[in-house]
Amino acid sequence: MNTFSTYISKLPSVILRFYLDGFRSMTVGRKLWIIILIKLAVIFLVLRLFLFPDILQRDYDSDEARADAVRNSLINR
Amino acid sequence: MNDLMSVVDWSRAQFALTAIVHWLFVPLTIGLSLIVALMETIWYRTRDEKWLRITKLWMKFFGINFACGVATGIILEFEFGTNWSNYSWFVGDIFGAPLAIEGIFAFFLESTFIAVMFFGWKKVSRGFHLASTWLTALGVVLSALWILVANAWMQYPAGMKFDPAQMRNVMDSFSDVALSSMAINKFFHTVLSGWVLGAVFVIGVSCYLLLKKKNREVAVCSVRVAGWVGLAGILLTMWTGDGSAVEVSRVQPMKLAAMEGLYRGECGQGLVGFGILNPDKKPGDDRNAMIWDIEIPYGLSILAKHDPEAFVPGIDDLIDGVELTAGGDTIHTVSYAERIEAGRRAQAALADYETARKAGDKAAMEDASRRIDADYRYFGYGYLDSPQEAVPPVALTFYAFRIMVIAGGYLLLFMVLALFIVYKKQNWLEKKFILLGGLATIAVVWICSEAGWIVAEVGRQPWVIQDLMPARAAVSAINSGSVQFTFWIFVAVFTMLLAAEISIMVHEIKKESGNNILNK
Repeated sequence: MNTFSTYISKLPSVILRFYLDGFRSMTVGRKLWIIILIKLAVIFLVLRLFLFPDILQRDYDSDEARADAVRNSLINR
Repeated sequence: MNDLMSVVDWSRAQFALTAIVHWLFVPLTIGLSLIVALMETIWYRTRDEKWLRITKLWMKFFGINFACGVATGIILEFEFGTNWSNYSWFVGDIFGAPLAIEGIFAFFLESTFIAVMFFGWKKVSRGFHLASTWLTALGVVLSALWILVANAWMQYPAGMKFDPAQMRNVMDSFSDVALSSMAINKFFHTVLSGWVLGAVFVIGVSCYLLLKKKNREVAVCSVRVAGWVGLAGILLTMWTGDGSAVEVSRVQPMKLAAMEGLYRGECGQGLVGFGILNPDKKPGDDRNAMIWDIEIPYGLSILAKHDPEAFVPGIDDLIDGVELTAGGDTIHTVSYAERIEAGRRAQAALADYETARKAGDKAAMEDASRRIDADYRYFGYGYLDSPQEAVPPVALTFYAFRIMVIAGGYLLLFMVLALFIVYKKQNWLEKKFILLGGLATIAVVWICSEAGWIVAEVGRQPWVIQDLMPARAAVSAINSGSVQFTFWIFVAVFTMLLAAEISIMVHEIKKESGNNILNK
């Protein structure tokens, strides 16, 4: 039991070390990580926050109000 | 109205651009993940270090593609919420379940084991590493499955009931959504085509290695694995393509008619092998649909119905609501004018439902709800001003279909030839034109793959959900200028992304071709 709990307590650091060593040993890794980080920043910090709001979530407070908005839009279009 | 159509057009253009770019990465991920898993399995079984080097080579290209492609699909979901808010609300439940499963299960499976696949060499056992590679490949396929289930539902809505109170389609049978004949066919056709694309990529890059003359053994071994994957892939893609044609003729006959440029069908309908469409032809007029064509007798009846004498309706037949029996008698089906009337009745009933709801009149709400149900299958037709609006862009669908089929036929020959050369005629690997041909085929397979999606998506226009919601009803009430603005941002971002991927890929391929890979 003690051995198991010791293993569990060490697991997060083992996983962290696994990832850190992996990143360090990547050969093409740096370029790829720069691309991934820039892309994720553009997607979530620029596109999502400023250019692509979820319009129904932003403009209405409840599902009922959203349903009303869509119903009116589809009746009157 | 003009601004609405402008929003529709720009939103369509933006979605098409994003989907096309997304689809540059996905099939290569699908195909390479399988090929890498097979190569690692060979290493695991033979203990031959050569196969370890080969596995790591292609795993590197898999990693570059995965990194450049990751999260491009999320942008499509953003577009749903901003540009297509009516649509995303209308389908909420149906899309929610498959996409949630994709996000929770498949993506985490993929992203967890991909770390072991890349970082786990010498840290986990060989068996665990091999299992991780296969689980990554499985995760990639499962991701594709749930996205394709959602897409198939848009082409063939099943397993749901419309609830006017929630203003949504509510799923009443998960199995009908996930296991619809359209979903199963689309899944296999798409994933198998990814195998072909991955195989052509491996063969094409191997041809480049052969041109550089330093890694012949790596190239030959790679072509052997990729050739078999590609041959199995293209044969099964053709088989499932046949299933797709039958499915489309059953649930989307207008798409099939557009694919063929067929306006008046007949029993024993021929298939246009290749042809040039008459650009002046419009539905309902007497002009010839083709300026020139080569027809395969009975081909379309066999393709669509597996019966050489079967009637295949054309665009005008569908609009008029007529079919012919084998004996030449006319059968009346539901014309598009009648569908438009039914759609308008359903929309009027929805308006009545809204009035009754505001008045708190439950009996009137139930009555309106019953009337919506009665005509709901044609709900979307109520937004059309004329039956001709239900005709998809014929030229784009027709030519894209032919590009896909002709390129598919070429790819079958290519796979057979690749295997023949590596098993029987290895001296042909010295011939430069063969190697350049192999390299150039990388472009052909991507064109073929994108053409397939153009057939599937352009051919179902104007519908975002077949028969229930046309694009003009699906878009948000937003300014077209904002969509144009983000469209051009996407053009810039995607161009940079592709340039980055291609330059890293080319750099790595050149670097590897200059080394002796087996002696690294």
